[in-house]
Amino acid sequence: MVDITPADAVPPAEVAEVELYHPHSWWTKYVFSQDAKVIAIQYSATATAIGLVALVLSWLMRLQLGFPGTFDFITPEAYYQFITMHGMIMVIYLLTALFLGGFGNYLIPLMVGARDMVFPYVNMLSYWIYLLAVLVLVSSFFAPGGPTGAGWTLYPPQAIMTGTPGGQDWGIMLMLVSLILFIIGFTMGGLNYVVTVLQGRTRGMTLMRLPLTVWGIFTATVMALLAFPALFVACVMMLFDRALGTSFFMPAIVEMGEQLQHNGGSPILFQHLFWFFGHPEVYIVALPAFGIVSDLISTHARKNIFGYRMMVWAIVAIGALSFLVWAHHMYVSGMHPYFGFFFATTTLIIAVPTAIKVYNWVLTLWRGDIHLTIPMLFALAFIVTFVNGGLTGLFLGNVVVDVPLSDTMFVVAHFHMVMGVAPIIVIFGAIYHWYPKVTGRMLNETLGRFHFWVTFLGAYLIFFPMHYLGLMGVPRRYNELTDMAIMTESAHHLNSFISIMAFIVGFAQMVFLFNLIWSIRHGREAGGNPWRATTLEWQTPETPPAHGNFGKELPIVYRWAYDYSVPGAKEDFIPQNVPGSFGPSREPA
Amino acid sequence: MAVALVLVLVVVGSVLFHFLSPWWWTPIASNWDYIDNTIIITFWITGVVFAAVVLFMAYCIFRFRHREGSQAAYEPENKRLESWLTIVTALGVTALLVPGLFVWNRFVSVPGDATVVEVIGQQWQWSFRLPGKDGKLGTSDTRDVSAENPLGVMPKDPNGQDDVVVEAADLHLPVGKPVKMLLRSIDVLHDFYVPEFRAKMDMIPGSVTYFWFTPTKTGTFQVLCAELCGQGHPMMHGVVMVDSQEDYLAWLGQQQTFAQLSAPQQTGSAE
Repeated sequence: MVDITPADAVPPAEVAEVELYHPHSWWTKYVFSQDAKVIAIQYSATATAIGLVALVLSWLMRLQLGFPGTFDFITPEAYYQFITMHGMIMVIYLLTALFLGGFGNYLIPLMVGARDMVFPYVNMLSYWIYLLAVLVLVSSFFAPGGPTGAGWTLYPPQAIMTGTPGGQDWGIMLMLVSLILFIIGFTMGGLNYVVTVLQGRTRGMTLMRLPLTVWGIFTATVMALLAFPALFVACVMMLFDRALGTSFFMPAIVEMGEQLQHNGGSPILFQHLFWFFGHPEVYIVALPAFGIVSDLISTHARKNIFGYRMMVWAIVAIGALSFLVWAHHMYVSGMHPYFGFFFATTTLIIAVPTAIKVYNWVLTLWRGDIHLTIPMLFALAFIVTFVNGGLTGLFLGNVVVDVPLSDTMFVVAHFHMVMGVAPIIVIFGAIYHWYPKVTGRMLNETLGRFHFWVTFLGAYLIFFPMHYLGLMGVPRRYNELTDMAIMTESAHHLNSFISIMAFIVGFAQMVFLFNLIWSIRHGREAGGNPWRATTLEWQTPETPPAHGNFGKELPIVYRWAYDYSVPGAKEDFIPQNVPGSFGPSREPA
Repeated sequence: MAVALVLVLVVVGSVLFHFLSPWWWTPIASNWDYIDNTIIITFWITGVVFAAVVLFMAYCIFRFRHREGSQAAYEPENKRLESWLTIVTALGVTALLVPGLFVWNRFVSVPGDATVVEVIGQQWQWSFRLPGKDGKLGTSDTRDVSAENPLGVMPKDPNGQDDVVVEAADLHLPVGKPVKMLLRSIDVLHDFYVPEFRAKMDMIPGSVTYFWFTPTKTGTFQVLCAELCGQGHPMMHGVVMVDSQEDYLAWLGQQQTFAQLSAPQQTGSAE
């Protein structure tokens, strides 16, 4: 193993530091702040707030599915509006915003040893445009006709026709405008994250010394910058179809006996554009989770992450491959069937780097010194749920197996497990892990353990059995399953059970929210580095870190992020900014 | 300790659920038991991997849990182990993909003797069209759809005159004969899905899509729409009856052709 960055070699500073913008008033410090840490909290709070709306919507749809006919106010229109808004909020406005806008903003500058993002003003604008996008989305609940009920995939032609809630009212227009705003806001933030990782690292922080959290967020951001434009143009084109009567996605159509004016458009073109964005989007959510969970496991098992270089290359390989698999969402869309051979092959190839990541996580546990802290519990639960959800992806990715399972509850169970439960469990683990840095206090342990067990086991009990409903043939996006010939009586009971579990898991999140707020004042004092971690964010002079992060002198990095339990060292961790060699260096070059 | 135990229980519980729970696929009624077999192979391979990974984790948590004075090993990489795992994974994935692609090839290769049936979806009902004695379907166009011509058959196409039109009623199919379903929509996306046949495909306005299968059991099967098509989506049921050859011919004899339906003065008395 050639070590190209020996522990003591640190390149000299080439560029003088630029003075940061210093806030003068309460407004510029806490509201229109240019500090990435404040922006991160603004992003996270907004995402959590809108996420709560999505949680309530999921309860409403589970009420309908579990106890059909009991709740009259859940009309078919309302049901479709609930599922659409639930999906859209969770994927875009919660997961994407929280991982990149929330964790990205907080962790990138701190972890790479920068004082802030490189373009703080644009970073601030990014948040405010995101907030505007959320407000436009929320406004559709109050618009005439209500929000769109087109499904989160917004497939035309139905998305802009009268048979769909919001199709000929304001709903779909507000949805498209909100997405366009979101993408504009995200692009401003995303450019910041990428440039900060590439240009803002402190001395000695080579790319191969970055914590995997940064690698995950960085790669996800590059992907998002490449993928979101496809959604952007799809939204603009559909907006034109709806508002100006163009026919990008609209062929000749007879709607309820009446010939529409559209002609010659291609509904399937929208699906290609949507999934060219939509599949990378899965990994835009997953890669930050991969990165974060690697750091949680390493820190709390007191052991270096196993196969760091392989982990980095796996992240990059998954990011690249994820642009070549989009049409596996379209095996039964009516596209040319020969595409199936290509996309099934690329899709199953992606399983290899993903499996390598899983192996390296569990091999990090091997001969570790495992502290079962709450962040560690969530990291372990992530592996279980992600492996489960990832493996069912091998069903759906294998084109012919997808044919009977596509558009059934199997798909719903699969993607909730793999990109709902698994990443959200990582978010929880990450919050328990970094909350002490953000607030200076620990989250309550008892409430945390309660939250963990109910969330992990409850979510597993919701989504594991749901696969079997799909195998039975129960279609997704049905508000009414009562006269379904294939469904046995017991299958309806299973549906009620799933609904009850959904309520229990949902209430556990209220406990978590209470813990978040209560611990700000009443939590145990954390100190600067409660987990005895190596990465730079734990080495700041103040906790919470002040504006500028690192006081007078930026830290200098002498080693990789995973020097845990180094033989011969006094303690079982050596922070990245501690110089000196402890026996022969085994840091991978 | 408790954590390791719970992980073991998750594996044991999942396996028991898989084998003991009453929820499983509906009995197959088509030739696509190839697909079912591929699903079974996938269940075995993925199930073994899931159990192995989670049980290994449980063992690590039990064996290497923190105790006073314990220290982790320091091992950044292990090239041999990483290569082996990569190779084994690649083999496992290949074992899934290769049979899958063989069956897909079968799925997309329609046998030459398959008879043609056209399915037309619209919000929110199913209609069908079968070629008449000439064995050919007449061309169709959404622009030709009207109250008198609900399926948009081109009136001037002589091939279409003897087409059997089944508007918003049950479809009958003869058992044991391969059939190519031509799928068409006149408004939004739909998807013709009969769980017992295992096959499904979206229908797109402006295009004609297809799949094929051979019904292997007589009986009545429910048609579901499997692509969100507006608020009536869950109500868009239909019926396919798979008949013996005699029953099928008897049903076919009662159906009307496009030409008969287009001559309103002869059937007007029914109003």
